[in-house]
Amino acid sequence: MGKIERKLLVEYRYDLRPVIKGYNRRTLYINLGTREIAEKPVNDLMVEKFVGGKGFDLYLMWHGVKDNTKWNDPENEICISFGPLCGNTNYPGSGKSIVTTISPLTGIPVDCNVGGHFGPYAKFAGFDAIELQGKAAEEILVYIDGDKGLIRMVTAPDEEINSHILVERLIEEFADSPDKYQFVSVVSAGRGADHCDISCLNFSFWDKRRKVARLKQAGRGGTGRVFRDKKIKALVVKYSGLKGDTNNPVDLNMLQETGLKLHREIEKGDAHQCHMRECGTAHLMEIMNDYDLLPVRNFKYGQMPEAIGLASWEFKKLFTQNMPDGCWYGCSLSCCKAVDNFVPRSGPYQGHKVCVDGPEYETAAGCGSNLCIWDPKDVVELNFYCDTYGIDTISFGTCVAFAMECYENGILDKDRTGGLDLTWGNADAAFEILHQMARGEGFGVTVGKGVRKMKEIFAREYGADPSFLHDIGMEAKGLEYSQYMSKESLAQQGGYTLALKGPQHDEAWLIFMDMVNNHIPTFEDKAEALHYFPMFRTWFGLQGLCKLPWNDIEPEDNAQTDEPAKVPEHVQNYVQIYRAITGKPLDKYELIRQSERVYNFQKVFCMRMGKGRRIDDVPPYRAVGPVTGEEYLSRAERYDKQLQDKIGIDPQGKSVEEKMAILRAYREDQYQQLIDAVYKRKGWTPEGVPTIEHLRSIGMDLPEVIEVVKRYL
Amino acid sequence: MKKYLKTYPDRCIGCYACERACSTLYFKDDNAEKSCIRISGADSAFDINVCNQCQVCIATCPTQSLSINHQGVVILNKSHCINCLMCVAACPTNSMMHFKQTLYPFKCIACGVCTKSCPVEAIAITKE
Repeated sequence: MGKIERKLLVEYRYDLRPVIKGYNRRTLYINLGTREIAEKPVNDLMVEKFVGGKGFDLYLMWHGVKDNTKWNDPENEICISFGPLCGNTNYPGSGKSIVTTISPLTGIPVDCNVGGHFGPYAKFAGFDAIELQGKAAEEILVYIDGDKGLIRMVTAPDEEINSHILVERLIEEFADSPDKYQFVSVVSAGRGADHCDISCLNFSFWDKRRKVARLKQAGRGGTGRVFRDKKIKALVVKYSGLKGDTNNPVDLNMLQETGLKLHREIEKGDAHQCHMRECGTAHLMEIMNDYDLLPVRNFKYGQMPEAIGLASWEFKKLFTQNMPDGCWYGCSLSCCKAVDNFVPRSGPYQGHKVCVDGPEYETAAGCGSNLCIWDPKDVVELNFYCDTYGIDTISFGTCVAFAMECYENGILDKDRTGGLDLTWGNADAAFEILHQMARGEGFGVTVGKGVRKMKEIFAREYGADPSFLHDIGMEAKGLEYSQYMSKESLAQQGGYTLALKGPQHDEAWLIFMDMVNNHIPTFEDKAEALHYFPMFRTWFGLQGLCKLPWNDIEPEDNAQTDEPAKVPEHVQNYVQIYRAITGKPLDKYELIRQSERVYNFQKVFCMRMGKGRRIDDVPPYRAVGPVTGEEYLSRAERYDKQLQDKIGIDPQGKSVEEKMAILRAYREDQYQQLIDAVYKRKGWTPEGVPTIEHLRSIGMDLPEVIEVVKRYL
Repeated sequence: MKKYLKTYPDRCIGCYACERACSTLYFKDDNAEKSCIRISGADSAFDINVCNQCQVCIATCPTQSLSINHQGVVILNKSHCINCLMCVAACPTNSMMHFKQTLYPFKCIACGVCTKSCPVEAIAITKE
């Protein structure tokens, strides 16, 4: 491979200076169209009200876009921010970047929390956030040299843009020498992102042991499509000076002690708790199947005997064991598993030996059980191609599952799919859809538009019943559901549909609390949980942290605490590391208020872009109850009992259709009552609009925010 | 080959001379918390904690800063270490040490300086 000739388009030099107490106090603005590169100061208002991470991203985006900005307008931005705690090497899960953009799927801001080394390196290179705006006239890449204080925008005529190849070539090109590959990280997309909205960004880290670039995904909402629409092939950062005190914490001792405590807890507990070090999040596969929560056949069912073929022990056989698989240094939870020397059996890399990250639970469920693909190696292959093409495995799984159900129902046939047999479990067809996405041709491009657009197309062009499509199309706000069954958990139905960016489980995962343990029986209990947990989890995105070390490892005595679901000791750990790095006061209450300000700002931002009210918080019925007779009959005993016990209707003598109609009316009413309770708890009107009083009470009453809210009151 | 400091705790009289010798050599400070070898217990029941060069920590290190030298001793390359302290938690014998307010972990490298200070031969450099 010859060296790529790159033309320098613009160069910018900046002063290197240390991070102080977790902050650089400046962000980096790059306009790809005008080639302007500038530093922006971070003012006190940003720190006090927006904290960092997603807060900074949203603040910058708010001032960069207009009310009517679409995803492919030049003023749309991709913001990548890191948070004040990001990059510390002591506390597990501290290397996250948060990516935001106006999503091609939803039209509102989407936020993704992603690992890899780019975030910490870009932060220590000198910036609390990177703001990309405009569209380049030709293919470019941006290089940030954090050792020299130098930024270059250069041409990128690279022909191979699929991530697993491009990233390694760029690391080789920009690293000082082969023994310094670990100091370079790359953000890239892939060919699929050129053509599909269900696209993602890959953030790399160099794996010194395997000698490969590993890829972590900013998965949801189409970030990759926006990236490629701006003609960016890659962002490259280099930083060589990492140490345990690069954040310049005010209390190194506290930071180290808190980190060591969790390291020791993980050493002792992981092997008999979640097995994250052995299987990563794939350890959930058999648990979800046991509890009827694993999506099967486009979320029709939560369980299937064949799912044993995708149990964690099957993936464990594929994952290389006993490696320090953290996506950032110091993460002893090491959930970032990899399949080494995998040989794809399809597509352009057929016969190559590749290293595949994951599959994580969402991928194994979305690209496995939900499609009835039961061979773990087929799931690994879908995982590999999704990643390298820049396609989101979650949306891919949900979109293909939707297409397969449409095929099952005669809405699609081979004529309409270009010859693809979309029978459940046809892995070869799923591979071909993916390769078509990368080639930008055939039915794959239709699938790549996402479930919402597929619904419109199938109704308009094939005469499909729109209400049936709406019932089975697992999307809300335009984003595809992630991979948990919510039918029997009212709280999780709310957790999904109320999530600001669309139905992703990162705001709330309440199924066990609600459905299994019945700890939140009343509407008020559920509303409190749907207030607290989204706020608590938002905090990770403000700081540059990962959620997993919060509750995928628990202290031994956690069950004996007052509120085990909150993992109180770990909440206190977060309070301590925040104080240790920033030197600012914080307790568990102010932690929630920090989140609440940014959360409500994001809510108002969604409203400003035309979504974000009650009319947008509507689930497809498949997420709430049985859409079809076969679904009802598959769990007839459960549903009949609910008719009797909860509604007081004797199911005897009633047809399945009658029973389904009664159950549906009841469940949809329950959902609406839940929403009433949650909005009230969150300080919003019954239409889902934050009240001015509430915004004042939490300190998010900026004039520009109030101005938007007033339009809807 | 594995070179390590073999311990005979039943001989130990708890004089702490080994700790002094170690911390003085490596930290220029007579401070047991800066010693790679630690004596605990009281009266005639003492325990000696020091690295047995088992190598468990090597697999834990994300930057490959820990490696075995030609004598089979696990050594830390500070230029690669990013101070995560995962090795401290992973050590099965709690023999990877860390002193508060400092960045780097430290451990016994089987130099033998402590053996010279021990009046009862409770520690000895051994090659296996």
